[in-house]
Amino acid sequence: MPILHDLELNRRDLMVGGGTLAALTAVPAVVQAQPSPAGAPALTKVSLTVNGQSHDLEIDIRTTLLDALRERLHLTGSKKGCDHGQCGACTVLIDGRRVNSCLTLAIMNEGMEITTIEGLGTPENLHPMQEAFIKHDGYQCGYCTPGQICSGVAVLGEIKAGIPSHVTPDLTQPVTLSDAEIRERMSGNICRCGAYSNIVEAMTEVAGRQG
Amino acid sequence: MKFDKPETTNPIDQLKVVGQPVNRVDGPLKVTGAATYAYEWHDPHARLAYGYPVGSTIAKGRIASMDLSRARTAPGVVAIVTAKEAGQLGKGSRNTATLLGGPEVEHYHQAIAVVVAETFEQARAAAALVHVTYEEAEGRFDLTAEKDGLGPTESDVKVGEFETAFAEAAVRLDETYTTPDQSHAMMEPHASLAAWDGDKLTIWTSNQMIAWSVGDVAKTLKIPPANVRVISPYIGGGFGSKLFVRSDMILAALGSRAAGRPVKIALPRPFLMNNTTHRPATIQRIRIGAGRDGRITAIAHEGWSGNLPDGDPENAVDQTKLLYAGAHRLTGNRLATLDLPEGNAMRAPGEAPGLMALEIAMDEMAERLGLDPIEFRVINDTQVDPGNPARPFSHRQLVECLRVGAGRFGWAARDARPGTARDGRWLKGIGVAAGFRNNLTMKSGARVRLDRRGVVTVETDMTDIGTGSYTIIAQTAAEMMGLPIERISVRLGDSSFPVSAGSGGQWGANSATAGVYAACVKLRETVAQRLGFNSKDAVFADGEVRSGDRRVSLAQAASDGELVVEDTIEFGNLKKTHQQSTFAAHFVEVAVDAATAETRVRRMLSVCAAGRILNPKTARSQVIGAMTMGVGGALMEELAVDTRRGFFVNHDLAGYEVPVHADIPHQEVIFLDEVDPMSSPMKAKGVGELGLCGVGAAVANAVYNATGIRVRSYPITLDKLITQLPGAS
Repeated sequence: MPILHDLELNRRDLMVGGGTLAALTAVPAVVQAQPSPAGAPALTKVSLTVNGQSHDLEIDIRTTLLDALRERLHLTGSKKGCDHGQCGACTVLIDGRRVNSCLTLAIMNEGMEITTIEGLGTPENLHPMQEAFIKHDGYQCGYCTPGQICSGVAVLGEIKAGIPSHVTPDLTQPVTLSDAEIRERMSGNICRCGAYSNIVEAMTEVAGRQG
Repeated sequence: MKFDKPETTNPIDQLKVVGQPVNRVDGPLKVTGAATYAYEWHDPHARLAYGYPVGSTIAKGRIASMDLSRARTAPGVVAIVTAKEAGQLGKGSRNTATLLGGPEVEHYHQAIAVVVAETFEQARAAAALVHVTYEEAEGRFDLTAEKDGLGPTESDVKVGEFETAFAEAAVRLDETYTTPDQSHAMMEPHASLAAWDGDKLTIWTSNQMIAWSVGDVAKTLKIPPANVRVISPYIGGGFGSKLFVRSDMILAALGSRAAGRPVKIALPRPFLMNNTTHRPATIQRIRIGAGRDGRITAIAHEGWSGNLPDGDPENAVDQTKLLYAGAHRLTGNRLATLDLPEGNAMRAPGEAPGLMALEIAMDEMAERLGLDPIEFRVINDTQVDPGNPARPFSHRQLVECLRVGAGRFGWAARDARPGTARDGRWLKGIGVAAGFRNNLTMKSGARVRLDRRGVVTVETDMTDIGTGSYTIIAQTAAEMMGLPIERISVRLGDSSFPVSAGSGGQWGANSATAGVYAACVKLRETVAQRLGFNSKDAVFADGEVRSGDRRVSLAQAASDGELVVEDTIEFGNLKKTHQQSTFAAHFVEVAVDAATAETRVRRMLSVCAAGRILNPKTARSQVIGAMTMGVGGALMEELAVDTRRGFFVNHDLAGYEVPVHADIPHQEVIFLDEVDPMSSPMKAKGVGELGLCGVGAAVANAVYNATGIRVRSYPITLDKLITQLPGAS
């Protein structure tokens, strides 16, 4: 689509786009072998598996998974809305379960399978949930959207797996998909633009297609 | 192009692309995380550094001392900038408080320093080591306490003899309502990346008004505007919070200058709500007098709000000049000086809190008159400006909105006696409110390019804050040039593009597309000339230019090189001769738990009359989003003021509650078929703020219908209901 293509070009003219990993080689030289008593940052090596690709990083132990993804791997699809686990914009999937990536340190995720929005689909090859969000206009500004979509994918999985929620009427019966189940489970993902009604429709369509 | 006569027929009327529910053209980038927001620009060759702000921990006073020594020697620190290091700064023409405070402190969490370090973690840690002592001054933080000293002013607007007419009215209402301070709480925090190249500054940021930003950055930093470039192609929500230059831009620019490297900074969420702007709280007194026939004879609306010195009031009374008939009228704002953070525009400034009050008052008055609330509004409809009857509305379908909505929502089944409808433990109620917001128009420019592939590229500094600007601009250019939307490329949010209307006041969609229309008219003329057509006869369709038997592909016009034209739409006197406004009727059903007073919204409907709807899909999203914000304002949103220390206590997304998925039911929107040729060549108006105007009152009126409890102080939290519930002891 020319619109998208030109935006990409525009961006590249100014600065290299977010997808590149080239900046890994240009990370500032703050690396110290061991924590220093003088207050220098404690650095450690961590191997993160993100979207099926392994990345070896030497990282300040204070770095959240979100900041490692965004600032070191330049996977900026996961958004920082609050940095305190209050908004859900940073939601990623870790071993298939949704996690606020601002609330977990990068070093705690060694060996885990991390999936970000970039791992679900690309503009040329969209995940069904991404397609449904476009069709139902399940977004406006787009900032909470990657988190909503990651949560949305995980929520359908949770319901399928029979994991109950606060609104599940009968814990002895299989969990069934309903608007109330979707709304309850998605409530950790704030959308200030207020696309909730459309997001429920998008998720319902994807759930229907999955059968 | 000057727009000063009502529009006749033009190519937009074909509605092949405009008016269609086209998916967002930026959608694939947004759903895959590929859209680049302010903090997300990477240049592997730039030695990017991270900024972190330090905020004042007093509301008013002076900085006595700042000890930067520990911060300076903290690991990774590159630079620290305070007011002292920054030198003499100016103040943006649209800012009330300065963006880098010190030694004077004007409000809590005013930025007083930026710490720049190699990494985010280092900058944050070092910022915590800045030690500040203050000489605290006494401030004023309590609007209620300031209100009594504030009476009528010379700027009060009077029509007829309100006091006399009110005193003589057969049925009267005199009530006071309050709305709290509110926060925009958009999902993307204010963020900027600044880079200097010699004396030229480029800022990648998140801002609604590109040209305003260029001017105010230049003014603040005391550099020529020509040396400032602002780039903001994606904006993670704004709602007015990003209309103006805020501290992130200035701190990034100052930090970058000091560090000699590009610096980026995002305002931390817990810092943002006191550091940036908010919607000011209001106290509103409304008096309505009517005859027993329900006709309003006297109406007065007075609003009290507070702001920092030189700040503006929250103009909650303006809609009352225009919404209902009545010969005798009074409106006025009273502004207190408060030392809270700066109050400024939030989505539908004025009307949003104003209608939250006025539309409860109308519900109360209808009840006193024994009239249905819809009939009461219909009786008092006016097709002219009540303060100047010679001036008609360009198009006003408020009555139709109410009638259509009543039918669709099942209004006839409502029992007007409160507390009578039950559904098990739930008390059920239905409420209605009118929505009203003026249609503003703003000068707006665009550049359009036709290349040899037959692709049209639109460039304008217009922004897309989730409103759908990319999409409706692409639709406009496609319609005008006779191309499918896939052949249109739209580039926004860059100060190197022509100055547009920007995003605010629901003027963006109509004004910016009208600017693109103007540029496309010029491009059509250029193309026709190039291909040897008479531009008046030429038809642009299916990628071709046609006249009589002759047809030539559009791309042919650019075979010798790209065609580039630019134009600006300017609006003449039509908005003076005709009152241009948008109208809505909002319907809400709630259920209130008879034991706990928990309120749940069950159904919502908005019927809008707002000119031509350029894209029903994105316009509907604007309205449902606004309805959602209306529920927030009605039931939960409130910045709690610490009136001793002078700050908003609940300054993050855990403390400041906004609606989540579980709070919002399925929402329905109906757009009435309407075109307004007085508005622009697009014949459109805005909907982005209309959708919010009146929603809160519809919720409040539904709660009253459910419970019989009239809450006049927002938000309607359960503590305001629980002791008065039917059956409560």
